Formats: sequence, structure tokens, C-alpha cells
Amino acid sequence: MDTSVTLPGETKTYTTLNLGPTHPATHGIFQNVLKMDGEVILDAQQTIGYIHRAFEKLAEHKPFYQVTPLTDRLNYCSSPINNIGWHMTVEKLIRAEIPRRVEYMRVIIMELSRITDHIICNSVIGVDTGAMTGFLYVFQWREFIYEIYEEICGERLTTNIGRIGGFERDFSETAWRKIRHIVKELPASLKEFEKLLVRNRIFMDRTIGCGPISAERALAFSFSGPNLRAAGVDYDVRVMNPYSSYQDFSFEIPLGTNGDTYDRFMVREEEMWQSLDIIRQALDKLDTLDDKTSFHADLPDFYLPPKEEVYDSMEALIYHFKIVMGETDVPVGEVYHCVEGGNGELGFWLVSDGGRQAFRLHFRRPCFIYYQAYPEMIRGGLLSDAILTMSSMNVIAGELDA
Amino acid sequence: MLSPALLYTILLIVVVLGITLFIAMYSTYAERKVAAFMQDRVGPDRAGPFGIFQPVADGIKMFMKEEIIPDVSNKWLFILGPSIAMLTACMTSAVIPWGKGLTIGGTTFPMQITDVNIGILYIFGVVSIGVYGIMIGGWASNNKYSLLGALRASSQMISYEIAMGLSIIALIMMTGTLSLKEIVQQQAEGHWNIIYQPLGFLIFLVCAFAETNRTPFDLPECETELVGGYHTEYSSMKLGFYLFAEYINMFISSAVISTLYFGGYQMPFIARFVHDPNLLSILGTVFLFAKIFFFIFFFMWIRWTVPRFRYDQLMDLGWKKLIPLSILNIFLTGLIMWWMGNVK
Repeated sequence: MDTSVTLPGETKTYTTLNLGPTHPATHGIFQNVLKMDGEVILDAQQTIGYIHRAFEKLAEHKPFYQVTPLTDRLNYCSSPINNIGWHMTVEKLIRAEIPRRVEYMRVIIMELSRITDHIICNSVIGVDTGAMTGFLYVFQWREFIYEIYEEICGERLTTNIGRIGGFERDFSETAWRKIRHIVKELPASLKEFEKLLVRNRIFMDRTIGCGPISAERALAFSFSGPNLRAAGVDYDVRVMNPYSSYQDFSFEIPLGTNGDTYDRFMVREEEMWQSLDIIRQALDKLDTLDDKTSFHADLPDFYLPPKEEVYDSMEALIYHFKIVMGETDVPVGEVYHCVEGGNGELGFWLVSDGGRQAFRLHFRRPCFIYYQAYPEMIRGGLLSDAILTMSSMNVIAGELDA
Repeated sequence: MLSPALLYTILLIVVVLGITLFIAMYSTYAERKVAAFMQDRVGPDRAGPFGIFQPVADGIKMFMKEEIIPDVSNKWLFILGPSIAMLTACMTSAVIPWGKGLTIGGTTFPMQITDVNIGILYIFGVVSIGVYGIMIGGWASNNKYSLLGALRASSQMISYEIAMGLSIIALIMMTGTLSLKEIVQQQAEGHWNIIYQPLGFLIFLVCAFAETNRTPFDLPECETELVGGYHTEYSSMKLGFYLFAEYINMFISSAVISTLYFGGYQMPFIARFVHDPNLLSILGTVFLFAKIFFFIFFFMWIRWTVPRFRYDQLMDLGWKKLIPLSILNIFLTGLIMWWMGNVK
């Protein structure tokens, strides 16, 4: 089949190359139809929708507590952030008061998942440039973090962690021990990983100037997260609009200058160090807190009572029934809540008409936005640049298509 | 009736080919074990003790797999591609001197299949044909990724062969011969060419990486960009031939590097302690293989450490850095030779 194209008025023939949907470098499923002159990309047309699952519509037909598993499958590299972000959106709607201890616990979980997200992104940049070893050095820690999730909620990838109002149970001793362990042990591996790549001549040549985007264009596309910060805009939801007690922590926001692959890599790298620091601070703060036991807010209308009480006491049984059957009162209103996801500003816009389901629910998915800028960023580059740009933007198909 | 000399040559060919294939086979195992060692993993350990039967299992798997020849491909060329790659890979070992030769009952048995007086040129020629295997295979697949891989492979090989040839010229100026046997004999008693040609050696080493398509020059088959590169459409043993040819090439490159720059089977100082020439010769062969294994390990070490180049950077390195450097090397060698009257 001949798929070459000749532009009107030009004598040169260009090749059409289908990058994806089942290409090893398109981590997930998306397609790019590239117009190529040899290895130079002249134009690109991105296609989305290969794993579209109509999450927003699906979520509008489910009670709030059943939406959490759907959010797992957005950015599945850092599902706890999605879960907790959704919980906080509902808590904002019902104006719940969350205990400090729960907020610190949430910060720990969210920062751990930010680390996993960045580990995946950065090590995969390494793999896409051909350096497999660094990937395995840090990837074992991602496994370890998954073990922590498993200890807390029983799941690894699609965590469904926590509940509206807090966590379903307190962290076990093992979980605390593992969290302390990773804070102590991860820096060595991370340093080793950085030694392999950060000042590696080949790696720098490959990534500097590869797939750049200016701050103006990034803002025009409404970029957020590490990709925007790599372009030099100091916007971080954790600082601009603190949630879950982030105002109590002191940390730095790393910034890039060129918005190219190397800057994105370095910004993520530094954010991992900052995340570790935040976890360390949170552990210290938890030690000084008087409250050592609470793991959820007092929300009888939304937080399921313990199962043993449901069998024994009438109030618990009633509330259990009411929550499951959707008989609790939900205020009428409209809230937008955003969290700094692994990949950028992850927002939830929730309109409630007082019913048990959302009247309208919209997820602001950062990957969807990044992918729109993708053709612009790879135009004029080589095929290798396109691959690196894709992996350094960390476009996750699950979040892109929702 | 075959003459004993001919019989011996045939035997030697079989043995050398057998050893080449065996080492190439176990290079795949070694590669996985080395990778595992570098990445804090265990590596293959299921087939036999420490997984030493893994290559056998892989070979059987390759043979048993369904063979797919795409409808849209050019069938003859599709089959020809891996055949050329494998054939040329096996041919190069003919001129490498594996040892000094054994003397049994007054008859000398050389440990080199043939000592052609243009040994280096022969290796270059055969290796250059090897790129046709990749080019033809990539083109015949009728797949754009294969074609891109084949394009990269051919341009890469052509660019780096020039630098490689130029780096060898400086060596030949010194040695005054193209015969590998004589080059090895000149390096006796620790007068290894690496001492006289450090720059030439570095250029040669880099080019050897490029010629064997190993990281950081594995652009023709980089899976993250080109799926499988030139062998995307291949399956079964044809794919096996391509992969195998790469390992044979790696083995041969290591042998050539050891022969040209590291004295081949020559060992410094051993001749003072061991006086039996046959034993000395066998020790020399063992020593040559030790060098070869070191270089195979070196190839793997590099592969699991550094990322790969981008296509244009690869061309830059080849044309703008290595070729001028190798010309400079020729000049320097010439100057020094003129200045010293004669080096050797």
C-alpha cells in the first residue's frame, strides 16, 4: 500500500508514518500520523480515543463513593492522588472538617505517589534513549511504594485508597515502617540513577533542545505541573492554592528554563527530592501531633460505620443503609477542586443538584492538554525527538482518553 | 583422496566455525547475565543449573516458532537478507590467527584457517557485505520502520567504515603488512600496537561498536523508536539469524581488536618460564580468548550503561570528529615515523 503524499505545488514526495497505536514507545495507546521527510517530522496529527471509556458520563450515574475506582484509571501511575483529589472535592461540597492527622497521612500518600509517577516518567525517558539500567535501579522503589499501598488499602495499581472523609482504617505498623524505610533508602538509588544520566554527555545531547515549548505557548495551551514548570512558570497547585495542609510544609518548586526534555527530566528529578523532604516533614509533624488515632473525619452521612457496629447497633445500621441506598442529604452546589497530580493540575468540577449522583462531573485531565501541544512540539524534529518528547511529557493514555 | 593438509584445514574450519557459533550462542546468555549483574537482577536461571541451557532453549524456540513471510514483501530478498547477514558473519573468522600453531612429530599445524596476505582487507570487505544483509532485509520487508532501520544501518556503516579504515591505515604504516599473522608476530614481548597507536585504537573501538550495531550505536534496531528496526517483520529462525549474526560480529570484532592492538595470542614474559613450544602455543590461544572475552564483556558493559545517540549526532560524530581524528592520527604516525627513522 502506498501511503506517500505529494503536496500540491511541490515535487517532493513525503512519507506518512503511523506512530502507534501499538508502537512500543507509545506507552499506552495513542496514534500519531506523522508526515516525514526522511527522518524529519514535517507535520503530525494526533488521534485520541483508543481507550475512551466515557468516565465522566459513567461517574454521573454513580454515587460519590463509587466514583473513586473510576479515578484510579485516569493517571494510573499515581492513582492515590486521583482518589484523594476526588475525596477532597466531595468533602469541599459537603463542607467536611478533616482532622490534621488525616491530612498529613494524605500528604504522605500523595507525595509517595508523586514519586512513583516521576520515577516512571524519568526512568522511561532513560529507556527511550536506550539506557535500560537506570530504569531498574529506581523501579524497584516503585515496587516498594506499591507494597506500601498494598499494606494500606490492599491494592497496588488501581488503589481506590481512602474514603470520603479519610481512610478506611489506620495505617498499620508495617506501613509506617515501610514509609520510614523508603525515606531513608530511596536517596541512594536516586543518586545512582542521576549519576547515570544527569551529566551523561550522550543523554544531554539527546535531551537538551528536544521537544521544547516556550512559557507563552505552554500557558496558552494551559499546561500545568512539571511540564509548565520546566518552561519556567512557577505554578504549583500545592503552593498557589494549598489543600490538605500543604501550607504547613516548606518545600521548593524547581523550575526549568527551556521547556525541553532535559528540563522536564530535571524538574521531575528535583521534585522527587522535594517530595521525600515533604514526607520527612509530615512524619515529624505526625510525631508532634497530640492526635494519634483518628484516621477519618466524623461524617456519619458519608463515612460508612464499622461493620461490627452495623451488626450490633441501630444507628450504625441506619447510617449504613442510608449511605448505601443514597438517602443522605447532599447539598446543592457547584465546586471545583484541584490537586497537583503527578502530571499537573488535576481538577474535579462537580455540580450537585442534591441527588445521590453528580448532576455534572468534569475531570480536568492534564494529559489531555499536553497531548494537544504535541504536534507543535515535535514539528521539525527527528523521529527520535518525537519519542523522547512523548515520554518526557508523561502522557498517560488512561488520563488522556478518560 | 584428500591430502592430510586439506583434511586438517577442513577440520580447522569446522572447529573454528563451531567455536564461533558456540561463543556467539553463549554470548546471548552472557549478555543477559551481565545485564542482570549490572541491574541488580538474577537473570536467566531456570534452564539447567544457573540457566546455562538457556541459549539452547532459545535456539529451539527460534526454530519451532511459526515462520511468517509477509504477503507484501519481496520473498526472495526477504530470505536473502538474513542469509547474507549470517554468512558474512561466519566468514570473517577465517583469517584470524587463533594461535602460533602446534608442532607434532615434525609437522606444523597452523591455528589459522588461511593466512591471506590481505587479511585486514578481507575482513573489511566481508564486513561491508554484511550491511547488505540488513539493507536487503529491511527493504524487502516492505515496512516503513524496517526501511528506516535499514537506512540508518547502511548510512551508519558506510560512515564508520571510513573512519575505521583510516584508523587502520596508521597501523598498517607502522606494521608494513596487511597479514594478520605477521601483525601478531610483530607484537611479541609486549610490543602491543595499543602502545604505539592509542588514538587509532580508540577510533577503531568506537567504529567497532558502530559496525556491530551495539549500543550506543544501535539505532538500526532501537526498539523504542523503530519497533524492531530492520528485523521488525522477521520471525522464527530468520530473526534468530539476524540476532545471532550480531553476536558473531561482536565476537569477531573482539578478536580483531585483540589481534590488531593487543598482541593476539602473544603473551609477554611467559616465554621465559614455559619452554615447550606446543604448550606455549596453547597458552597463547587461551590468552587470546581471555582478551576476546574481556572485549565481549566490554561491549556488554557499554551497552548496559549508556544511552544511544540520535541519528544526526551519530553522523556528526562519524564525519566531523572521527574521520578528522583518524586523518590526524595518520599524520602523527607519519611524523613520528619520519622523526624516528623507523619505529620498529
